[in-house]
Amino acid sequence: MTSDLTRLTADALASKLASKEVSSVEATQAHLDRIAAVEGAVHAFLHVASDSALAEAADIDRRRAAGEQLHPLAGVPIAIKDVIVTKGMPTTSGSKILEGWVPPYDATVMTKLRAAGLVSLGKTNMDEFAMGSSTEHSAYGPTHNPWDLERIPGGSGGGSAAAVAAFEAPFALGSDTGGSIRQPAHVTGTVGLKPTYGGVSRYGAIALASSLDQIGPVSRTVLDSALLHDVIGGHDPRDSTSLTDVWPSFAEAVRNADVAGLRIGVIKELQGDGFQPGVMERFREALALLEAAGAIITEVELPSVEHAIAAYYLIMPAEASSNLAKFDSVRFGLRVNPKGGGTVEDVMSATREQGFGAETKRRIILGTYALSAGYYDAYYGSAQKVRTLVQRDFAAAFANADVLVSPTAPTTAFKLGEKTGNPLSMYLNDIATIPANLAGIPGISVPAGLAAEDGLPVGIQFLAPAREDARLYGVAAALEALLEQKWGHTLLSQAPDLSSSEMNATDEGAV
Amino acid sequence: MAKLMDYDRALELFEPVLGFEVHIELSTKTKMFSDAPNYFGGEPNTNITPVDLGLPGSLPVVNGQAVRYAISLGLALGCSIAPTSRFARKNYFYPDLAKNYQISQSDEPIAFEGSVEVELPNGRMFTVPIERAHMEEDAGKLTHVGGATGRIQGAEYSLVDYNRAGVPLVEIVTDIIYGAEADAPELAKAYVSTIRDIVVGLGISEARMERGNLRCDANISLRRRTPEGEPPAPLGTRTETKNVNSLRSVERAIRYEIQRQAAILDDGGTITQETRHWHEDTGETSAGRPKSDADDYRYFPEPDLLPVVPSAELIEELRAALPEAPAARRRRLKAEWNFTDLEFQDLTNSGLVNEVIDTVAAGASPAAARKWWTGEIARTANAQGVDATTLVTPLQVAQLVALVDDGTLTDRLARQVLEGVIAGEGTPQQVVDARGLAVVSDDGALIAAIDEALQSQPDVLAKIRDGKVQAAGAVIGAVMKAMKGQADAARVRELVLERATALPE
Repeated sequence: MTSDLTRLTADALASKLASKEVSSVEATQAHLDRIAAVEGAVHAFLHVASDSALAEAADIDRRRAAGEQLHPLAGVPIAIKDVIVTKGMPTTSGSKILEGWVPPYDATVMTKLRAAGLVSLGKTNMDEFAMGSSTEHSAYGPTHNPWDLERIPGGSGGGSAAAVAAFEAPFALGSDTGGSIRQPAHVTGTVGLKPTYGGVSRYGAIALASSLDQIGPVSRTVLDSALLHDVIGGHDPRDSTSLTDVWPSFAEAVRNADVAGLRIGVIKELQGDGFQPGVMERFREALALLEAAGAIITEVELPSVEHAIAAYYLIMPAEASSNLAKFDSVRFGLRVNPKGGGTVEDVMSATREQGFGAETKRRIILGTYALSAGYYDAYYGSAQKVRTLVQRDFAAAFANADVLVSPTAPTTAFKLGEKTGNPLSMYLNDIATIPANLAGIPGISVPAGLAAEDGLPVGIQFLAPAREDARLYGVAAALEALLEQKWGHTLLSQAPDLSSSEMNATDEGAV
Repeated sequence: MAKLMDYDRALELFEPVLGFEVHIELSTKTKMFSDAPNYFGGEPNTNITPVDLGLPGSLPVVNGQAVRYAISLGLALGCSIAPTSRFARKNYFYPDLAKNYQISQSDEPIAFEGSVEVELPNGRMFTVPIERAHMEEDAGKLTHVGGATGRIQGAEYSLVDYNRAGVPLVEIVTDIIYGAEADAPELAKAYVSTIRDIVVGLGISEARMERGNLRCDANISLRRRTPEGEPPAPLGTRTETKNVNSLRSVERAIRYEIQRQAAILDDGGTITQETRHWHEDTGETSAGRPKSDADDYRYFPEPDLLPVVPSAELIEELRAALPEAPAARRRRLKAEWNFTDLEFQDLTNSGLVNEVIDTVAAGASPAAARKWWTGEIARTANAQGVDATTLVTPLQVAQLVALVDDGTLTDRLARQVLEGVIAGEGTPQQVVDARGLAVVSDDGALIAAIDEALQSQPDVLAKIRDGKVQAAGAVIGAVMKAMKGQADAARVRELVLERATALPE
């Protein structure tokens, strides 16, 4: 075990960069070395941008040496989920249909990262078009959970979570449509936050479901997520759904964390049946710690949550079926010419047949059906009504609680291949995370410890009313401090040292 | 060549039922949902952003100017403006549609339930009911290469130019139009013409049909007439004729479809519900793609855009700024100018109402302004095959009229001056000076010419002296000829009679 630069939090690394104790080139090279050492086992990245990362780092070092006033995070490396469009770096959204596509423009979050001087290490693996909870639907092979390489890293953002958990990057960008930031954080012992809908620009995030998608931070500490959120958040005139609010500093919220008098509502429907005992045990333990620190624990009911998954699996595929129509070979991406030629419709058909994976096709078909004349009211229409009910449930619950709490997911990381044959059981893994997307409210997952029965990480999820992301940073940071005080170390310091497990790397999915 | 029924016979057997969809390209600075300039033409695929190309990750942003234009148009159509309207996605795959869905409006359009008053050439006023006006984006432009017809059938390959993709459109949809009867073709033309006048008056579109700024899809079906006292027959199957790129074509296409459908129905055939393409050269329509009411575009609210919620203040501000409706304006002008129905109709048909307004504003009498524009100027324009408005300005016409009114010019001289003005010789006064065309008002010169004429025609002189004053005509003619027309004939006549008695025997 080295005390090398990759073990530092983004915040700590930023301090060393600012004091010129460490250069950005050194920090970047350390992470590139770590990537080279463990990628064979983890496969968190779809593209590692070594050359451009080192060039960006050198530029920051030069500017710092010249005495330029830089952003506090300037020179810190970061990993980018491949759903985010990056100028000059391939962007596939985990799909064969975009293999080799290099976008001519940057997502707004990328523009902000570049302006702050963060160094992009590369693009992380994900389920194709963010459709999945395990990264097994990536067209480029799955990512492996650094805690147990036989297990899933969560999804869709398993690549970003695994990269952070495996010390390949101090933090990363993710996107969350039904839990794709929070569930991977839960199974990898990392922190992930889905901001309030509209809190971070979606411009340049390849859309899965426009009304549900949000970009957010993934990191090893609550503070690092807050620091990253402070960089990427805020209004963007290119995204009509982005809020015009002026946001408080989330890093400040972490530094002022205090749960005394905070009313924490335990969601009655998201515990018990179907939830693994080890998950519930860590959950109750966390609540007890918070209560001891002065929080007021109450129970709240969200009766419509039982219909949330059904509604989600109509709204999300309906929007996805339309969002994915643009992948037709005419303007970008894969083009498959049918044998013997054909009309443009034939080419579109052949391209989509070959370019999309099975799960993507499944959801396009589901969504197309849900929007069809004669079925619209029964499916899409009813789902929107449920969505309204979920929103009302949350509004009522927040009348009696400042934040709500549940386990982030019912189980710890399942085995690769365990649920691929049963889409429904895979979908059910998102039961606790989906409601926040339907309601547009923010949610965070923080590590709560390891489940006794399998020794795998467990996360705890906090939810807050829309626009109250700062509350989540406060309560999560408080819990993080209480737990680390109790353990005497961070959770990730207990993760296996992958440099020795390199030989165990599976062949599948190696870059 | 389709079989056609005689038009009058078709009208005896069937009632034409109409409906129009008119697309207006708005002349905003930028496109409907991107910051690309609202301009197409030039090098293909140069005027585009990631949004217009539908690149992954790109998002639309609504053009506020386009919304204001759409509200103004809705108000001018007498529509209610929705306090909340919504964009929706119309999903279908076609290569000119970058996202394979069009952002349009479905069941929540920005403007709904209005009407437009149109005047037919025979003076009949007709109220066209408007169902809605909604905002949407234009598609790219396909060019089919390698086929004989330039159409997709038989083409080897097709090229797509996305410069037009995302140009803002308003689509105006009428309700079903009954009661046009034999005037159906003229109504179609008058309706589209009135819409054009409205958008031009609002200044929201170039509205050039030949450039596709204003496009009309004409729906028509025939309903068989039933004997008095029996219930009406059900509505017939409709066709939708596209590619109608001039006012004249709108009229011709409707007439053609009535005659074509009538022939089929009278032979016991059925009409296929389909789009039909109008061919300007042959004056026919041909079958396009079948279109059924079951076409499923899977409309759903556009999740990338917020609802459009114009403030009541904005709506009232735009309402207050509306120009007068074309029909009301016509009524007012006709009364103010004291024109007969026929005179006003004549002026309207010439398309020179605005020129007369401006000429009157510049000081001419309405009657004189009308006479010059619809007379000599229109004739010259017709002969030269140009638009009358390109020949002279209203100010020049008013100056010409003033020269006639103050006696400087006779009508005949004024026509010569006009010719000079059109030829670019300057203002009417400059032409008068340069060509020496002013009326000779020097009695001395006239008297000399009259005396000479009287003396060379003693028989005429004798007749005049005998009181046969009509004989003076021959002398007047000779004098006018001698003066090269630059004399006031009435004054010449006065002087002839005076000199006839004054001259020594």
